Amino acid sequence: MILRAAPALVLSLMALPVAAGLLGTIGPALRPGALEALLAWPGLARAIALSLVTGLSSTVLALAVVVLILATLSESRAFTALRRLLSPLLALPHAAAALGLAFLIAPSGWIARALSPWATGWSVPPDALILNDPFGLSLTLGLVAKEIPFLLLMALAALPQTGAPARQVLAASLGYGRASGFVFAVLPALYPLLRLPCLAVLAYGMTSVEMGMILGPGLPPPLSVQVALWSAQADLATRPLAAAGALVQLGLVAAAMGLWLLAERAVIRLLRRATMAGLRARALDAPLAALALTLGAGLGGALALGLAGLALWSFAGSWTFPDLLPQTLTFTIWQRAGMGLTATTLTTLALALASAVVALALVLALLEAEARQGRRLSLPAQAILWLPLLVPQIALLPGLQALALQLGAGGAAAVFAGHLVFVLPYVFLSLSAPFRAIDPRLATLAASLGAGPDRRFWHLRLPLLLRPALTALAVGLAVSVGQYLPTLLLGGGRVTTLTTEAVALSSGGNRRLIGAYALLQMLLPTLGFALAILVPALAFRHRKAMQR
Amino acid sequence: MKAGLHMHDLRITAPGADAPFVRLDGQVPPGQVLTVMGPSGSGKSTLLAALIGSLPAGFRLSGAITLNGRAVTGLPTEARRIGILFQDPLLFPHLSVAGNLAFALPRGLRGAARAETIEAALEEAGLGGFGPRDPATLSGGERARVALMRTLLAAPEALLLDEPFSRLDAARRAQIRAFTFATARAHGLPVVLVTHDVQDAEAAAGPIVSPFAD
Repeated sequence: MILRAAPALVLSLMALPVAAGLLGTIGPALRPGALEALLAWPGLARAIALSLVTGLSSTVLALAVVVLILATLSESRAFTALRRLLSPLLALPHAAAALGLAFLIAPSGWIARALSPWATGWSVPPDALILNDPFGLSLTLGLVAKEIPFLLLMALAALPQTGAPARQVLAASLGYGRASGFVFAVLPALYPLLRLPCLAVLAYGMTSVEMGMILGPGLPPPLSVQVALWSAQADLATRPLAAAGALVQLGLVAAAMGLWLLAERAVIRLLRRATMAGLRARALDAPLAALALTLGAGLGGALALGLAGLALWSFAGSWTFPDLLPQTLTFTIWQRAGMGLTATTLTTLALALASAVVALALVLALLEAEARQGRRLSLPAQAILWLPLLVPQIALLPGLQALALQLGAGGAAAVFAGHLVFVLPYVFLSLSAPFRAIDPRLATLAASLGAGPDRRFWHLRLPLLLRPALTALAVGLAVSVGQYLPTLLLGGGRVTTLTTEAVALSSGGNRRLIGAYALLQMLLPTLGFALAILVPALAFRHRKAMQR
Repeated sequence: MKAGLHMHDLRITAPGADAPFVRLDGQVPPGQVLTVMGPSGSGKSTLLAALIGSLPAGFRLSGAITLNGRAVTGLPTEARRIGILFQDPLLFPHLSVAGNLAFALPRGLRGAARAETIEAALEEAGLGGFGPRDPATLSGGERARVALMRTLLAAPEALLLDEPFSRLDAARRAQIRAFTFATARAHGLPVVLVTHDVQDAEAAAGPIVSPFAD
């Protein structure tokens, strides 16, 4: 009975907060004076332009790199290495990635240090706006680096449905190169499956608050960052202003999605014409593969180096410019900030565990209900699961914040509910394909042996799914740990997590403390993924077929 | 009581179709094999799905199935007491060989009796001592025999065979086929064999039907 209600429960759990949040944002935004106040803000035009340009360009670039990597590198040894990096990169909270990149490219960062003073002549950090540049270039770079793993993972999950290997072989037998064969024969089948992930990336890129705060320009910041600043102010008078900004941001995202879909048609038409021209382009394969390798390794390497730098800062004693490494290593910051770090880590972990476990249980119930009824969720229902990823957080949360205030439900419970809404779609994305891929004959066979539905779930499906379920749990943990805006706005300032602390510290100069928070921020998801690999490996160490 | 498996005017209609594509009326006495033949795609597996109660959503079934006098048409698969062997042995990969057999044993049997029954079944299949093995380390023929014993341990009243020999190499094939039929006969089970292999049909030594519309 409960199980039969699971799909409806999960879908309303996704749709209701989105609807309530939107209504709660639109209401105050339409109050007299709100829109006027927003229009009177001198930074508006530039903030809008920043949101559009960084969002669209980062999405186009990320998609281009993903297509390039898939078209030239798949099945190469470099690809296997890249593939292994994907889950940790995906698990990396956006804030930690941004802080790492910021350390790498800042005027006093690792790149400048590596080149100074011998190449640059700098003995003090230059007074240049490399980080937080007014055009949002460093923000775009950060978004591209962080969204490639997501798009690549979505593409790899979708590829088996396209019959890609057969298409590639067919194209090659007709004389096409690797890259042209992929673009003309595989991409047309793959892109429709990547459309929703692309739109989610676009919505995220246009509205990311924590990345915008850390990497984006300051005066004015991208619109979403300004709306978040207004929303977080204690002064209730700025709330209508924030709501008006959120509404404009929502319109912007909708317009950009429309633009994306129009551009998509134009590109498809162009591609079709190119396909008819019979371009083999075999000579392009080698240079494109080199480019893909450079970009993939470069961006992955930049993230890894930045994070290593942050970790090093947390143990650094004296570390002056332009030294490449600190003169001494100490535990001072860990000892001095130990209490705060421990408390914040525990809060973060509790929130992450609670939301990920509940999300996993709900997703399992949803998929099990699907299996028992022998009927998949309809396409519109699946789209509802994507809603929290497609509607920007910044458009929802001011409304939900107001709602939580009215209900008197601020604090940890509201933050938990908020996390659940954004964690669940990722858990579903991670678990649905492996769940649906279980051979249905196994369940029929178990039933013919007398096993009823409950026994089939607990003794057959769940053990078979141990690894994907734990991976989905780790994904959920990572998403929850990375949540910034829901924690900030729904917590009413009373709930601090590693992410809110790290972002709050980012504008100050205490790199050692930032490093400590960022290190813990990446440690929690990494632990989750490590357990997701170790536990099944141990539990099934004598079962060869379970170790794929 | 009417012993054996009886199919009274069974008709299966595909989603959206008007006329049934499978029509079958007949009976299989205990120990006999009814062979159902037809080219691939004709609906052989759908017929077995109807008999076992796992028809995909949208398919319509009319008529009645009785097993040893018991009406099973409306029952869920787990209550029908009909065993099935698929093309692949489909041993549960997360369980040992003994675990696979234990999965099939009725709840009532406990403790040492459970272990003894499992070992006896393994002996019967010539696989004594295979209990702790990982199914992934077994040969094709060994897996097929474990799958058969697993089905029998659930004490079914009928057995369905969905081309269970087609994936075996020629040498093993005749051997496993003979073992399967002999074991089913020894247990007094009515058997429905679905195949497109003439040798399978001959070895079954029973009536042959082709109940499919073309």
